[in-house]
Amino acid sequence: MAFLDINHLEKSFGAVHVVKDFNLAIDKGEFVSFLGPSGCGKTTVLRMVAGFETPSSGSIRINGQDVTNLRPNQRNIGMVFQAYALFPNLTVAQNIGFGLRVAGKPRAEIDDRVADMLKLIGLPGLDERYPFQLSGGQQQRVALARALAAKPRVLLLDEPLSALDAKIRVNLREEIRLIQRELGITTIFVTHDQEEALSMSDRVVVMHQGIADQVGTPFEIYNRPATRFVAQFVGTLNLIGASVIDAKAGKIKVGDVPVALNRALPITADGKVSLALRPETVSLGRHEGRNVVLSGRIAEVHFLGSVIRVRVQVGGEFVSLDTFNRPDAPPPEVGSTVQISVSERDLLTLAA
Amino acid sequence: MNGNRAWSWIVILLGSLYFLLPLAGMFEFSMRMKRDGYSFEAYRVVLADPQFQHTFGYSIVLALLTIVLGALIVVPTAYWVRLRLPSARPVIEFITLLPLVIPPIVIVFGYIRIYNTSSILPLTGSWWGTNILTLFGYATLALPYMYRAVDTGLRTIDVATLTEAAQSLGASWTRILATVILPNVLISVLSGAFLTFAIVIGEYVFAALLNINSFGPFMVWMGGNRAYEPSALAVIAFIITWACMGLIQLVTRFSKFSAARR
Repeated sequence: MAFLDINHLEKSFGAVHVVKDFNLAIDKGEFVSFLGPSGCGKTTVLRMVAGFETPSSGSIRINGQDVTNLRPNQRNIGMVFQAYALFPNLTVAQNIGFGLRVAGKPRAEIDDRVADMLKLIGLPGLDERYPFQLSGGQQQRVALARALAAKPRVLLLDEPLSALDAKIRVNLREEIRLIQRELGITTIFVTHDQEEALSMSDRVVVMHQGIADQVGTPFEIYNRPATRFVAQFVGTLNLIGASVIDAKAGKIKVGDVPVALNRALPITADGKVSLALRPETVSLGRHEGRNVVLSGRIAEVHFLGSVIRVRVQVGGEFVSLDTFNRPDAPPPEVGSTVQISVSERDLLTLAA
Repeated sequence: MNGNRAWSWIVILLGSLYFLLPLAGMFEFSMRMKRDGYSFEAYRVVLADPQFQHTFGYSIVLALLTIVLGALIVVPTAYWVRLRLPSARPVIEFITLLPLVIPPIVIVFGYIRIYNTSSILPLTGSWWGTNILTLFGYATLALPYMYRAVDTGLRTIDVATLTEAAQSLGASWTRILATVILPNVLISVLSGAFLTFAIVIGEYVFAALLNINSFGPFMVWMGGNRAYEPSALAVIAFIITWACMGLIQLVTRFSKFSAARR
């Protein structure tokens, strides 16, 4: 049985159905991200796990214990907030030791634990500072230490990096992951940033309109998106139309080029199918093993540093592709005619 | 200096004279108890009066108790309204403003009517009962100042998130109020407290009608029976009030963790 079990969780605020039949089983020590646009219900699920919202129906079990109706202060869960939420009247050491003091631990034990936590987050010597004397990154580290000090069963992170600037965000997300691995604590991380979710997580839950669209490893989510929403929300995606010649045999036509997908296709009424392809699977020019070759005209060229993103007009549609920047090969010119190639196994057919 | 500026200064000067001249006159008069020049004789007499010591001490104790009671009523109320019942805020604000709208004499007549010796709860029948009734009455008078001060203080902190953070760390409601909310609004509570102190020290209507021996009735009695001492007493009362105002400033300035919030 999973360590954290969420079963048929539902939540409505008045007439608004925010979370619909949410199911998830998280193993001990696993790092799971809830990814989705704002208003998709990811924070609401997290807040129900924390106990700040009461589910309309469904259950939450931690380590076999039903916590659905427990109050937040009875759940032994650590939480880190976007706004840090450090107690302004307490020093760093008092903030970190708060949970232990509440639990009535002896003074010496609290002091030891606080010193350990300060070392863990790399801020020894700052114990007597007040929160307003710390930078945003330092405050969030202290908030993490405070959440972990009382050895919670589950760690919940509610967009903890959103208020920080880009560089600190990347550093801190690596640190969070390291600390999480070191302690082996079961963690749920809520974010709207796909890069954060993909780079940090063991598994990602992509949420859309209160539903978990797909649950899978970052690799699965990115390479085999289950729905159109997941495909479009995670990474950049090209959508091109094709006409179906033989659905059962997987034969289609992209523009005038016949393509054999070698897998069965859903039968559509109008005989059309939508294909998705990632920019990095498309190449300029002909290449071996990429048998789908299309002709087009270069519409835009964006120089991004290590990568050059090119938009090619193929018939009535646009296809974005990425090529690596090479000093000896300048980017193609806008308006020139080119051929692009893609392997048929990189053409994804989307369900919904 | 142009004409506008000159006018501003003239207005300020006239305003200052209007406020300060009576004070200066009163102070000057209070110093003339001895015929052969200025002295602090009137102050000595007032301060040495056992009646002054008794009533003043009594009023101080009453004021401190009022502050404690007021804080106990107001802090949890204002906190709960901010956290869970934001829609009730206008109603609560209106209720706390009532003591400013309803004259104290009306309130105290209401009290006497409801808590007299022939009622179910005959508070006015005993010394303790009268004192408790006075205390509750003063807490009511302090409500407008206390509530506004505390509510403003709560606005400067993220009440909801701090509460959730404390809850997730296992804290109970009492613990959250005592260790997270109260310390963060302490400055506001104190500024409300000093105003309350100033009001209770000089309060007359409640004290006179409930027949308690506090500082307000003593000042009035003195005013009717002596010549120089009432002026000295008024100056003393002024100094106390101003000291309270000064303390509000001091406490606010020297709070060590509040720097970030200003």
